[in-house]
Formats: sequence, structure tokens, C-alpha cells
Amino acid sequence: MSSIKIELRQEDISKIREICASFNNDEQELINVLHKCQEHFGYLPAEVQEVISDCMGVPTAKIYGVVTFYSFFTMTPKGKHPVSICMGTACYVRGAEKVLEEFKKELGIQVGQTTKDGKFSLSSLRCVGACGLAPVVLVGEKTYGRVAPDDVRNILKEYKDK
Amino acid sequence: METVKLTIDNKTVEVPKGTTVSKAARMLGIDIPLLCHMELHDLGIENKPAGCRICVVEVEGRRNLAPSCVTTCEEGMVVKTHTTRVLNARRTVMEFILSDHPKDCLICPKSGHCELQDMAKRLGIREIPGQEIAAMSTYRKDTSPSIIRDLDKCIMCRRCEMMCNEVQTVGALSAINRGFMSAVAPAFEQNLEYSPCTYCGQCVAVCPTGALTEVNHTPDVLRALADPSKTVVVQTAPAVRAALGEEFGLEPGTLVTGKMVAALRALGFDYVFDTDFAADLTIMEEGTELLDRLKRHLSGDKTARLPILTSCCPGWVNFFEYYYPDLKDVPSTAKSPQQMFGAVAKSYFAGKKGINRKDMVVVSVMPCLAKKYECQRGEFSVDGNPDVDYSISTRELAAFIKQANIDFNNLPEEEFDNPLGESTGAGVIFGTTGGVIEAAVRTAYELYTGKKLERLDFTELRGFEGVRSATVDFDGLKLNIGIAHGLGNARKLLDDVKSGKSQFHAIEIMACPGGCIGGGGQPLHHGKSEILKARAAAIYREDKNKPLRKSHENPFIIELYKEYLGEPNSEKAHHLLHTHYFERKKKIFVKP
Repeated sequence: MSSIKIELRQEDISKIREICASFNNDEQELINVLHKCQEHFGYLPAEVQEVISDCMGVPTAKIYGVVTFYSFFTMTPKGKHPVSICMGTACYVRGAEKVLEEFKKELGIQVGQTTKDGKFSLSSLRCVGACGLAPVVLVGEKTYGRVAPDDVRNILKEYKDK
Repeated sequence: METVKLTIDNKTVEVPKGTTVSKAARMLGIDIPLLCHMELHDLGIENKPAGCRICVVEVEGRRNLAPSCVTTCEEGMVVKTHTTRVLNARRTVMEFILSDHPKDCLICPKSGHCELQDMAKRLGIREIPGQEIAAMSTYRKDTSPSIIRDLDKCIMCRRCEMMCNEVQTVGALSAINRGFMSAVAPAFEQNLEYSPCTYCGQCVAVCPTGALTEVNHTPDVLRALADPSKTVVVQTAPAVRAALGEEFGLEPGTLVTGKMVAALRALGFDYVFDTDFAADLTIMEEGTELLDRLKRHLSGDKTARLPILTSCCPGWVNFFEYYYPDLKDVPSTAKSPQQMFGAVAKSYFAGKKGINRKDMVVVSVMPCLAKKYECQRGEFSVDGNPDVDYSISTRELAAFIKQANIDFNNLPEEEFDNPLGESTGAGVIFGTTGGVIEAAVRTAYELYTGKKLERLDFTELRGFEGVRSATVDFDGLKLNIGIAHGLGNARKLLDDVKSGKSQFHAIEIMACPGGCIGGGGQPLHHGKSEILKARAAAIYREDKNKPLRKSHENPFIIELYKEYLGEPNSEKAHHLLHTHYFERKKKIFVKP
């Protein structure tokens, strides 16, 4: 049997244990535990799932099954500047898909992935409540409205050295 | 009992409340096709994810078709099982399942035993529309020491997941991803080898398609048989003789011991021996160990831990090494019969015949897939030469016999060779749940009390209940015995042992439901638990017909101790016939 090297710090493990305990290590609460852990770590690497498995007595395979089933959960860390493109109805009809395609092309990644340098990650979401600005793109906390595919390169340029 | 009355295909039937439509239909002789659903009734095992939708029926007053495998009967319900709408839906479902399924049936290891193939035939599927646009899944094959996962052939019936999690509580497999990407896999899609998998093979035993199969060692065996410099010795596990006949169209429960021996001889094995001999040997070692621990325990020796747990089953050994490493000094240190046989064959027997162990090849025929892994464990070899070279399953042996043009059903009955082919009834019953402990009791009773055992059939230790217990009177000493088959049931007994609540002196555990007769390497039962019962009955029949039924009366066992080993648990016996266990679960590493 080979070993997966778990490189979590003691405080990370304590945090996970704390989260599991706050849900009484109850298997029924697995999704809530995963939400909280993702909130804390930003993503759910294998190592975190292993510790959750250990705490809650749920097989790691089961946890991995849940993580891969729900698109909200991710096993890849978000980039330093997470890019989200709104694919809600208003944005979609005003060309959000083309904007998303342009981001994919420029960054060379798919939705749910992170660039190799860890700078950008790409996700799509549904409606940020700014339909008047459609199509809307978020980079970190900053909102860009009425984005056209041609704007994509300039938006990314702003973060090149940040 | 409360009942409901309903109509299925214009026939009226009254059934107990809670009965599913598919079962009610069966009472009327209406056989609704089921694919993902599987039930081993006598073992309380049922898979009903209602995922495949092959079994849909029309229920009057309902807008949608209903899956009959999970829809319960209601009073006055009117069900139609073969309307045009139902048949069209069923065909569409099948076409969707087949759209991304490989079409290499001719060379698939499951060909002829595949439930998907049977279903396609039954539904009369002649073409699969939309194939040109359907994406084919392309999972990599995962080959472990025992099991091959070929997930392109998985139809997501989730039987394996149910077996692995609910029945065995091993937790190696889970459904992952969704849509076209969905599959059943270990955590992080790692290979089975790096999961908690025990290689019990129950996933293989229930897989309807070629997605889960065993690693085939027949070509290695063939090569050894063709090599004139090798003496090739074969041993056959007790459960094989009670099931092999099924592969040749014989009724389940037909004993084919003599024909099996004849077939093995015809295949070219130099010596046809019996694992049952080693089972008798196991009883000598394990029984002596039990009595020793018991006596020490009774005299107040705190280091003598009870209960003693049997250690014949490699799936079970893998299980406790992973989940109960802190109990690893509780099981008997006796090797399994397969490994005892290998160790004795390559030392005592090889010496007797003047054969160098490197020139001897030991093959085992097992009802088990975990045996393939067990014989590859490093501690069971001498200078890199394994005690047992290859382990093949009952299914592999059947295929091998067919390839060698042997007309199995018309073979004469032949006898095992000696000295390692002689066995008692006690060795035979190792093949079914409760058998190992019954065999141990037969010998331990006589060794402990010094009296002759009058009653040999301990029916209180037999049966199919998942967890059983009985008290056997050893001339005043009440010996509490526990039995579990299926790893989920084992877990129940183990948790008690761990918390110190267990009142048992000895516990027998077999990983597979039913014991070895239901092993992962046996002919496929396709959800018919009566097949397992027939095999168990055959095992007890074989025991009853044996002139000797207590391990310590086996003349060749007596001779082995006299000529070679000294006495049970002697230093030499310990060296050859005992082992130790390892912690298998990975540690969680912490970054400093």
C-alpha cells in the first residue's frame, strides 16, 4: 500500500476537526461540512477529504463522490484573481457565452480550472443581480459591465502585474 | 398481515402491503425484466437504486411510467407491463445504455455470462441508433493483483457500490461525477490497490457486465504445465467442488470432486492435491492455539487475548489490517489453508520427492479473488520464490477445462494423490460459513476433554444468518462462539471486541456472504440465493460421506507431524505455518 502524503499543517487539521465536530460528525451533514471546509480552504483538496473521512467515519470514496457530483465543490484552488462570467438569462442573451469563450482562449483553461501560474481561475455563475449591465464579468471583487469579447484582453492586462 | 389487491395485465393478485409491482407480477408468472436490481433474498441483500429504468410499467391514472422494482402495490392499482408505450420506453432505455457501451462482446471476459448481453437479446435489440453522435467513455483500465476494473463497460447499476459499502462496509467504491462522466471508482479515481479494497471480489460477483472481472492467471499455469523442468502441483479449495459443476450445466449443489480431480490430472498437473488437507492442518494449528490461549486466559494470564479470531480468509485479513490494526494480535497467527499448503508442499513434500523448490510450481484453485493477492504477499515466499505461485478461480478453472477439450460431465471419478490429498470432513466444511469453527470445535473438544465426541454435527453453528452465536459445552467449560459472514457483519462483532464488550471465546469470520461457497471467484449466482444454499448443502453432504470427520484423525496429518513438524505450534510449525499481520491504512502525514 502506498501512502498519500498529506501535507496539512496541524492547525488545518484542527480546523477540519472543529468543523466536523460542529456538525456532531454526523454523516447526514456531510454536504454542510464540505461547504464549511471549502469556505475555509477555498477548495477541497484530497488531503482535506481524507481528514474529513477520518473524523466522520465516512469512506473517502463517498466524500469524493459527493465532491465530484456537486459542481459547487472544487478540488482545484481558485486563482489569485478568480474570474466569474455571469451566464444568467440576461447576460446569456447579450452574448456572455462569447465572452466566456474569449476568456477560455486567452487564459488557455476551461471553466473550473486555474492557470498554471495560479493567477487566474475561471468559473461561470448565474445572475449577480446586475442585469442592466449585462453581460457581467467579475474579477475578484471588481465588476465589469457590458463586456464584449474584445474587452477581455484589456481586462486581463489590468492584473498582469498584480 | 395487511394485503392489497391489484390488477396486472388483466390478472388480479392479492399481495402483502409493501410488495413491489415487479414482485407481485412475478407471483402471476409475469417476468418483468430487471437490470440494475439484484436481490440475494436469503442473505437480506438487495440493490434497488431504480437507476436503469428497464423495468418500467404503465400504471393507470399516472402520467409517467413507473419503475416496477421500487413502486409498491396499492389497492385497486391497474398495471400494464407490455403496452406499446412501455415496450418503446424499455427499448429506448436499452438503446441509451448501449449507446456508449463497447461492442467487443466476442472477446469480453463476461461474454456468455453478461446480463446486459442477455437483456439486449431478450429485448430483441438489433441496432443502436445515434451511435455516430454518442461519445464513447474512455476510462483507463485499472488492474490490481486480483480485480480488473474496465469502466467503459460500467452501466451504473451500482450493485458493486452497494456490495462494497452496505454489505461489506469496506468503502472502496463510490459513484463519482455525473452524466456521461459518472462511474464507480475509489476515492480520487486512484487504483483499487491504493484504496481500502480487501479484494473480497463481491463487486465482481454481482457485476452484470464486463466492468469488473478477475485477473486471469490461466496463461501462467499453462506455461508452467508446458515446462518439462517444472513439477506442477495443484490444490483445490473445498468450495470449488460444490460449484464447478454449474459451469458445465449441472444443477447447483452437484458435487464434482472426482470429476474435478480427473480433469486436473487430464490438464497435466503432476500431483493433484487438496486444500482440504491444509484445512485439517489449519485446525491442528489454530485449534491448539485456541486451547493454549484459552487455558492461559482461564488461569489469569492477561497477555492471552480472547476471543481468538479465525484467519483463513484473506479478504477478512485485509479488512482488519486496514480497519482494525489495533486488533492485529487478536486473530490466530495460523496461515490460511492455501498458504499452509504452499509452505508444506515446497518444503516437506518437495524434500520427500527430492525436488528443488525452484522447480516446483504450486497452483491453487480457489473460490476467491483475494487469494490471488494473498499468494503474492511478500511474507509468503522464500528468497523471492512464492509458496503458492498462481491462484486461479473456479471460473478460470472451468474455462481452462473447456479450452483443453475435456468432456467434463463424462469424466470418470478419480481420487486425489497422497500425501497432501487426504482430508477429513472437517476440512471440507471450511467452504461454508460456520464450517471452520465447527471443524475447530470437533478437534478442540477431543483435545481439551480427552473424550470422544459423540455428536459431530453442530447444527447450531450452521445457517445463513449474518451473525450467529452458540455455546458449546466442553465438558463443563462453556465455550461461547460467534460467527459472522460478510464484512459488514464482521464489523459488528469486531466493534464489540474493540470496546471489550465481546463475550466470545472464539469467532469465525468469512468475508463473503455465505462463506467461500459465495466467494468472488465462484460461478456467478446472478442474484439467486438458492444457488448458495445448494452449495452449502453439498459441502455438508460431502462432510457426512467422509469416513473421517475430525482433522486430528487424518492419517497423513499425523504422519506429517511425526515425520516433519513435531507437534502443533512447535517451532518448526510456527516457522512454516504461522504468520503476522500489518497495518494497511495510510497515516495522515502532517507538515512539520
